[in-house]
Amino acid sequence: MITTPDLLAAGPEIFIAAMGMVLMMVGVFSPEKRALGIVSGLTVASFTVVLAYYLFLASGERSVVFAGLFVTDAFAIFMKALVLLGGILVLLMGGSFVRREGMARFEFPILVLYATVGMMMMISANDLISLYMGLELQSLSLYVIAAIQRDRVRSSEAGLKYFVLGALSSGLLLYGCSMIYGFAGTTQFEALANLFDGKSAEASAGLVVGIVFLSAGLAFKVSAVPFHMWTPDVYEGAPTPVTAFFAVAPKVAAVALFLRVMLEPFGGLIEEWRQVIIVISIASMVLGAFAAIAQNNIKRLMAYSSIGHVGYALIGLAAGSEEGLRGVLIYMAIYLVMNVGAFACILSMKVNDRMVENIDDLAGTAKSHPMMALGILIFMLSLAGIPPMAGFFGKFFIFLSAIEAKLYTVAVIGVLSSVVGAYYYLRIVKIVFFDDLLEKFDKPIDRPLRMIMAATGVVTLLFFIWPSPLLDSASVAAAALFATPG
Amino acid sequence: MTDFPLLSFVTFLPLAGAIMILLFVRGGAEDVARNSRWGAFWVSLVTFFASLVLWFKFETGTADFQFVEQHDWLPAYKIGYQMGVDGISVFFVLLSTLLTPICILASWTAIQERVKEFMIAFLVLETMMVGMFCALDFVVFYIFFEAVLIPMFLIIGVWGGPRRVYAAFKFFLYTLLGSVLMLLAIIVMYIVAGSTDVPTLMQFKFDPSLQTWLWLAFFASFAVKVPMWPVHTWLPDAHVEAPTAGSVILAGVLLKMGAYGFLRFSLPMLPVASEFFTPLVFTLSVVAVIYTSLVALAQEDMKKLIAYSSVAHMGFVTVGIFAVNQQAVEGAIIQMLSHGFVSGALFLCVGVVYDRIHSREIARYGGLVNRMPKYAFVFMLFMLASVGLPGTSGFVGEFLIMLGAFEVSTWVAFLIATGMVLGAAYMLYLYRRIIFGDLTKDDLKAILDLNGREVAIFAPLVVLVLWMGIYPAPFLDMISASVTNLVDNYHGALAAVETGAALAAYQ
Repeated sequence: MITTPDLLAAGPEIFIAAMGMVLMMVGVFSPEKRALGIVSGLTVASFTVVLAYYLFLASGERSVVFAGLFVTDAFAIFMKALVLLGGILVLLMGGSFVRREGMARFEFPILVLYATVGMMMMISANDLISLYMGLELQSLSLYVIAAIQRDRVRSSEAGLKYFVLGALSSGLLLYGCSMIYGFAGTTQFEALANLFDGKSAEASAGLVVGIVFLSAGLAFKVSAVPFHMWTPDVYEGAPTPVTAFFAVAPKVAAVALFLRVMLEPFGGLIEEWRQVIIVISIASMVLGAFAAIAQNNIKRLMAYSSIGHVGYALIGLAAGSEEGLRGVLIYMAIYLVMNVGAFACILSMKVNDRMVENIDDLAGTAKSHPMMALGILIFMLSLAGIPPMAGFFGKFFIFLSAIEAKLYTVAVIGVLSSVVGAYYYLRIVKIVFFDDLLEKFDKPIDRPLRMIMAATGVVTLLFFIWPSPLLDSASVAAAALFATPG
Repeated sequence: MTDFPLLSFVTFLPLAGAIMILLFVRGGAEDVARNSRWGAFWVSLVTFFASLVLWFKFETGTADFQFVEQHDWLPAYKIGYQMGVDGISVFFVLLSTLLTPICILASWTAIQERVKEFMIAFLVLETMMVGMFCALDFVVFYIFFEAVLIPMFLIIGVWGGPRRVYAAFKFFLYTLLGSVLMLLAIIVMYIVAGSTDVPTLMQFKFDPSLQTWLWLAFFASFAVKVPMWPVHTWLPDAHVEAPTAGSVILAGVLLKMGAYGFLRFSLPMLPVASEFFTPLVFTLSVVAVIYTSLVALAQEDMKKLIAYSSVAHMGFVTVGIFAVNQQAVEGAIIQMLSHGFVSGALFLCVGVVYDRIHSREIARYGGLVNRMPKYAFVFMLFMLASVGLPGTSGFVGEFLIMLGAFEVSTWVAFLIATGMVLGAAYMLYLYRRIIFGDLTKDDLKAILDLNGREVAIFAPLVVLVLWMGIYPAPFLDMISASVTNLVDNYHGALAAVETGAALAAYQ
């Protein structure tokens, strides 16, 4: 029986899904040339409305609705706000690219919209079934947008690869869910949590196998080593705004899901799965740091960079504490901002109306576009975790939680791989600032790109002046997940 | 004026200046270059005069932190923005603010490309340096400490010599590698002691076994920065490739950051481990002094020679710091200041001839005294100060260090004394090859002596070197209370641990 409180709690999702249907109509019935602009604008508008609702109106009180399938709490609100922000920024900055590069179909924003609904569903999932539903809605939309440049081989290839590997990972995940159901007898998070409350020794082998499969599937979605193989190819092949979207929103959502699944139903079993997460996290950090060194395509480089960043975020999960969770939340928020900024710079790499993607093409940007060069400097140093940029604080809180949980080895490996990682970020800075100008990028850079670059740059650079808002809301969100029974 | 946040003002004024230059200096290339030079110069000069207030208002009798500022920053984590100076740090602030305008003057004609960016980088660098010496919160310190790398990386990489990219990367990654370990140590301290406030941490008694690990992590960071042998290899590269002003700041201020770290953090917070590792530090320092002096003898490149001599001089400093007695620590601080002036000035001397001939090779020169008497005089003064001739600042520092080291270990004192002899050898040899001899090269026959701008650059340094050499009392007065406090606390903490151990053994 669906009741009014149910509908209210899931209101934002329902609103966005309904807007999706309306927008399809709008897209079909508006003049062909203007359809994309109108639909994009309305998508951004509806995202903004929901984002504003989350930021200013929504209460962080926990409520479980739809017979325990769907939960909303401060954690969900925090993560959904990030996802929506990512979606808004990417749609804004992708606008001109979409029009230029033969993907000017109004389905693009609509697919982004449905992917976002899926992500919000993932974040609010309170049951293995609703988890899978959200995940698939998100994934299916993403497969399509990866291949949205139908007439480009690279894009189609990326879409296909993503689909095949993504389907495989969904299979793994579903198999894990079924194992868990078989051995625990329930798919509901609270029920699971009650089963394992403080009796971790009693987890049966089958259940642990189920959890391992589940975490393998989730590791696939967050692109952690050893399930990362799809990331570089998909990032490189997909159209750049889509890559930017992949790098931020689904990643944030998948990390949120990962956190909730591991900490809420299986929090009592932390000793069982911690090893797995530690191994995944170390492998991701190290691979992300070393493999990126050899990359010449900036999108591939960002793919490896994102693999590394997931490794850092997972440290916070391995810590398994409220402190660790808070660290991950702060990390993801900062990650989102600086990645959007970095992709805004990548989207500005355009020579004679043709996109270029080699990092050598950035040579001498400091002379031709000093402000963009400053932006790249800020984003790269922030990704490398050099203070006073925001990225440093992300890493700082993660390592704080790791040390508190006595994960000294992970912390040491983490900081050392961040030094290796600094090398390739600095290599970009070097190309931008030290090398001589080869080809001049087109001027002026599109206005939305400029504005996003400026806004994210300022936030990344000046985060240290007033960090409290983010830290406080991350604290509230982290506390919400830990206050739940189990 | 009592509540005026003087330290923050001094720290962030250059940054504000940099932002103004970034936003408001526009126009043709010529105008931009001229305006940013003058803008940066005036900003750094005002900063210097503002920082002089620290000197005049500083109370010499107390070891407490002065000009303290406190603001909430991350209240949830009890990490605050805190600034303050004591006798140990106040001179480093002044050293930074003094050398910056000098460096800007020294780059007046040497930097012709991207002048605006250079000046911005330099002012940002000044903010980071000053902030680092003033910070009284460990996290704030770390942020400044690391952030220094960014402008320096750009200064070496954009305006440096032929191998600038290699040098810039080596500089950045070497120092970063050390620092990240220190970051972990800071986090451990924070978790154990519940605070990152420096005065609190100084009072906190860390468990001796934990101290060992923390000390090693700090050491990884500070030893690279000092730099101590064998992690000094980034320094010659960075010095050789950096533009003159970059070398001056690198030698004058950045090298002091490591030694300052030892004084501010390792000794007071981790006394047991410091005592335990003192033989290690002494060994490395003695090796550094002797080995790098010998290496310096064999150098063909002027900047490289002075770079190696810096490593040797910093070896003296680390011996002085870890001897932990009044004379040695005071000597170490004086030696650092003196080295800041002297090596900075020597790099400027190299810069003077480099600007004219565009070579740093020693063999390219010879007989300069015939054409450049003023230059020969200035160079000689700083050369002798570097050697440690009585009457110059170098002598005071080295003498005090030797005096203190002798109390702790005769052998260490003896071995570093050989370094003084070697120092005299390589400096005099360098001087002879450049200044004396016959003036045979054709382009040298037309070389011009110091111009007005260059005289203005050297004048304050000459005065300071002589002042500190002849009458060091004003400097020592400001330092001594803090040093006494440091030394007393250190020995007190050690005694307490020993009594505790003895009691435990007795029971």
